[in-house]
Amino acid sequence: MSLASETQLETLAPHRPGGKFVRSAGGAMLRILLPVLLALLVGGIILLALGKSPFAYYSYVLDRGLFNWIGFQATLTRMVPLLLMAAGLIVAFRAGIWNLGGDGQFLLAAVITAALAPALIQVMPRSLMIVCCIVVSVAVGAIWALLPALLKARYGVNEIITSLMMSFLGISFANVLVKLVFRDPTTTVPQTPDLPVEDRLPRLFDTTVHAGILIALVVIVLVHLMMTRTSFGLKLQIVGANPRAAVHAGLNVAWLTVATFALSAGLIGMAGSVEILGVWGTVRADWNPAYGMIVVPLVFLARFNGIGVIGFTLFFAVLMIGGESAARRIGVPQHYVLVLVALLLLFLALVEYLDQRWRKRVKD
Amino acid sequence: MVHETTMARRAAVPAIAVAGITKRYPGVVANDNVSLEFYPGEIHVLLGENGAGKSTLIAMLAGMQQPDSGEILLQGRAVRLGSPRTSLDHGIGTVFQHVLLVPSLTVIENLMLGGPWWQRLRKAPALARFQELSALLGVSIDPDAQVGRLSLGQQQQVEIMRALWRGEQVLILDEPTSMLTPRGVRDLGEVLKRLREKGVAIILITHKMQEAHSFGDRISVLRLGRFVGAIEPGLLSEMTQAEVTDKVIQLMFGSSDRGSAEVAALIGDRRNAAQLDMTQAPRLIVRHLSTSAERGECPVRDASFDLRPGEILGIAGIDGNGQKHLAEVLAGQRPAAEGEIVINGEDVTDRGVEARRRLGLRYITDERLGEGTVGSFSVATNLVLKEIGRPPLWQKGLTLWDKVHLHAREQIRQHDIRTPSERTPIGKLSGGNIQKALLARELTENAGIVIFNKPTYGLDLYNIRLARERIRESAGRGLATIVISTELDELLELADRIGVMFQGRLIGIVDNAPNAERQIGLLMTGVTPA
Repeated sequence: MSLASETQLETLAPHRPGGKFVRSAGGAMLRILLPVLLALLVGGIILLALGKSPFAYYSYVLDRGLFNWIGFQATLTRMVPLLLMAAGLIVAFRAGIWNLGGDGQFLLAAVITAALAPALIQVMPRSLMIVCCIVVSVAVGAIWALLPALLKARYGVNEIITSLMMSFLGISFANVLVKLVFRDPTTTVPQTPDLPVEDRLPRLFDTTVHAGILIALVVIVLVHLMMTRTSFGLKLQIVGANPRAAVHAGLNVAWLTVATFALSAGLIGMAGSVEILGVWGTVRADWNPAYGMIVVPLVFLARFNGIGVIGFTLFFAVLMIGGESAARRIGVPQHYVLVLVALLLLFLALVEYLDQRWRKRVKD
Repeated sequence: MVHETTMARRAAVPAIAVAGITKRYPGVVANDNVSLEFYPGEIHVLLGENGAGKSTLIAMLAGMQQPDSGEILLQGRAVRLGSPRTSLDHGIGTVFQHVLLVPSLTVIENLMLGGPWWQRLRKAPALARFQELSALLGVSIDPDAQVGRLSLGQQQQVEIMRALWRGEQVLILDEPTSMLTPRGVRDLGEVLKRLREKGVAIILITHKMQEAHSFGDRISVLRLGRFVGAIEPGLLSEMTQAEVTDKVIQLMFGSSDRGSAEVAALIGDRRNAAQLDMTQAPRLIVRHLSTSAERGECPVRDASFDLRPGEILGIAGIDGNGQKHLAEVLAGQRPAAEGEIVINGEDVTDRGVEARRRLGLRYITDERLGEGTVGSFSVATNLVLKEIGRPPLWQKGLTLWDKVHLHAREQIRQHDIRTPSERTPIGKLSGGNIQKALLARELTENAGIVIFNKPTYGLDLYNIRLARERIRESAGRGLATIVISTELDELLELADRIGVMFQGRLIGIVDNAPNAERQIGLLMTGVTPA
C-alpha cells in the first residue's frame, strides 16, 4: 500500500516537457526495468537450481508469447480481460478503495453473459445482443459490489474483507447457476449452452484476436482520461489521498464510495462478459481463471497509471502464454510464471526502498 | 531566582553540548559553527525565526540528523547520535512540534510503544506511570481514548508524557505551548520547574517572549544558522519582560527597524469595539446548537450566539472543550444533533459544506495538512479543492488544467505564497505558506462569514503577523468573523467580543473591554457562569 500513497496520478495532468520531467521519466523507466531484470535473473537462478536451463525457458517464453505469430495473437487475446479488470481496479485503488472481489464479480458476469447470449441471439442481431450482454454484465458486477460498498459508505466496514467474502460467495454462486439453472441438458459436463463462434465478438482482420482488445484499450484510455481530466476523477483521487480533506471540502464521500465500487465492479463485470463473448462462448462448471488476484500486482507495478498498465499487461500476458507452452516443453510447473511475478514485486519494492534512501541521502 | 544554585550549576559539566557544529542542506547552511552548552537543572530557551536553524539543531540532538562537522558532547564526552534510538538510549527525549503519535491506537498503547520487542506489553505498570505523569502535568486524559479522536492540544499532552516516559536526562521541547491555553502554559511551567529541580537539562524552543522570560534560566538566540547571542542566567532574572523582548528582537532581526515592526506584532493593538455597528441584522444566528460526540471528543452543548457583519467573535477556552466540534458543525462537516443555524435569514441546519459555502460561509481549519489540504497534491489543485466541478475552471465536468494552473499562478503572486512552482506538492511548503494558500482559497470575493480555527498555530512571528493582519483586514471589509484560539492574547488583540467554551458549553460572551482578561480567565476555568 505504500506504493499507493506515493503515486500521484493527479500530477500526471498535462506536463510541460522540460529537463526535469525527462530526467524523472528516465528515472521512472530505470525503477521499472531494474526490478524486471533482477526478477528474471533470480528466476533464472531458481530454474538452474531445479536443473532446467533458464535460457531455454526464457527463449521459449519470448518465442511463444511474443515472436511467434500465433502465440502473439494469443497474448493479445489474453490481454483483454486483464486490461478491463485493471481499468476497474485503477478506479477503485485511486479512490483508496480496495476492491478485491474481482474474481466473484468477473465470474458472475461471465455466467450471466453465457446464459443470456445464446438466448438473445435467437431474437436479435449479434451487435445488439453483444451490447445487451455487456450492459447486463456491468450491472451484475456492480450489484455484486453493492453490499461491500454500502457497508463501507454507511458504517466504514473494511471493504477488503467484505469484497473478498463476496468474491468467494460469487464464485460459488456462479457454479450453482451453471450446474442448476443454466445447464445445457445436451452435454455431459455441466456447462452453459454454447454460443456459436459466428455469433461471438468479431475477429480482427485475419487474426484470432477478437474485437474485445479494442474495447479494452478504449476503456483503459477512457478511465485514464476520467481520472486525470474530469472533476469526478479528481474527486475520487481526493477521497483516496485524504478522506478527511474530502469531507472538509464538502465532497459526498459516501456517494463517491458507492459510485466508485459500482464503476470498478462494473468494469470487472465487463471483463467477464467480453471474455465469454470473445473467447469461450460458454462457462463450464468450476471454471475460474482467477485473473482478479493476478491483476492486482500489475496495477501496483503501473502505479495506478492507466497508460502504464497497458505495458505491464502485455508483459504479463507474454509470460502467461509463453510460460504455458514453455512449461510443457521444459517440464517446469505452469505456475512458475507466478514465481516470476512474485520476484518482480519483491524487487520492485526493494528498488523503491533503495531509491527513497538514496534520495534522502542526496537531500541530506 | 536562586543565584547560588545557578552558579553551582554553571560549574557543573553540561548534560549535553554542541561544539562548532555545522550542518548543510543543498543551498542552505542550517547550522553554521554553532556551540552551545545545556546544563542539568537549567531551562535553556532557544529563540530565532523559523529557518534560523533551531529545528536542525534539535534534530541532531534527537539523532534524526547528523552534523557535517563539529561534535556533540554528552557529559563532556563526544558521542555520535546516529539514530533516534541512540538518542533515547542516552536519555534525550524530544517533543516535536508536529504530533508523532499513532492515531489509531489508544493513548496508553502509544505510550507503551518503543519498548523492547521481545517483552510482553504490560499495561498495569504503564497505567501507573500514566497516572503519575497525568498528576505531574495536571491533565486528565482517558488512557483508553483513541489518539486520533483527541484534540491537537490533548495529543500534544500525550507527546510530552511520552518524552518524559523513561525519566530523561535531557528534555527537548519544540514549541510545546503553541496549543496550550494560558492555564495550560502555566501548568507546563510548573512541570518544567519540577523537572529542573530534579536536574533535567531542558531545551525549550518557543516564539513567545513571555514564556522565554518566565520559564527560561538562559536564552540563546540563533539567526540564519548562527549563534548570535545569549542572555546569561544572572542577567535574565533581573530583566523585565520588555527588556528581554527588546534585547532578543535586536539579536534576532539585527536592524532595529524591522525589530520594531515585530514588536508591534507581538504586543499588538487592541481592537476598538466601539467602531462596530451593532444595529445591523446578524449574518449568522446560532440557537441551542448541540452535537453528539464519540469517546474522547467533546461535543458542543446548547450553544447560542449572533454574529454581525464586520464583527470578530473570539472563541476562547482550554483546548478540547468543544471548539473543534463547534467549528465543524458550523462549517457543515458535522451534523447538528439539536438546534439551528441561520445564515442571512436562511435555515441551513440540514445543509452540507457546499451549500453553506455558496451562502458565503468559509472555514479555515487548524489542521492544515490533516484536512485542509491534500499534501501530495499540487498547490494548484489545493487552491481549488472546494471548487471542483464548477465553472470557470471546469466545463461539463472536464478539468481545464491550464486555467487551474493559471489561476494558481495568480493566487501565488497575489498572496505571496512561497513555492517553487504551482505544481509542487503543497505538503512540501512551510506552515506559513500553506496557511497563505488556505487563506487565498477561502477569503474570496463572495465570502460573508469566516471561521478561523487557531489561525496562527505553528507559524513564526512574521507569518503570525501576516495572518492576524489578514483577519483584521477581512473583518474591516465587512466579513462576519469567528476566531477560535487558545491564545488569549490573540483574541484580546483581534476580537470585539470573546465567548468562552467550557466542557462544550459557550458559558459566556464578554465584550473585549479592559477588564475582559480576568473575566475570561475565570470563565475558562469554569468558575463563574456568566
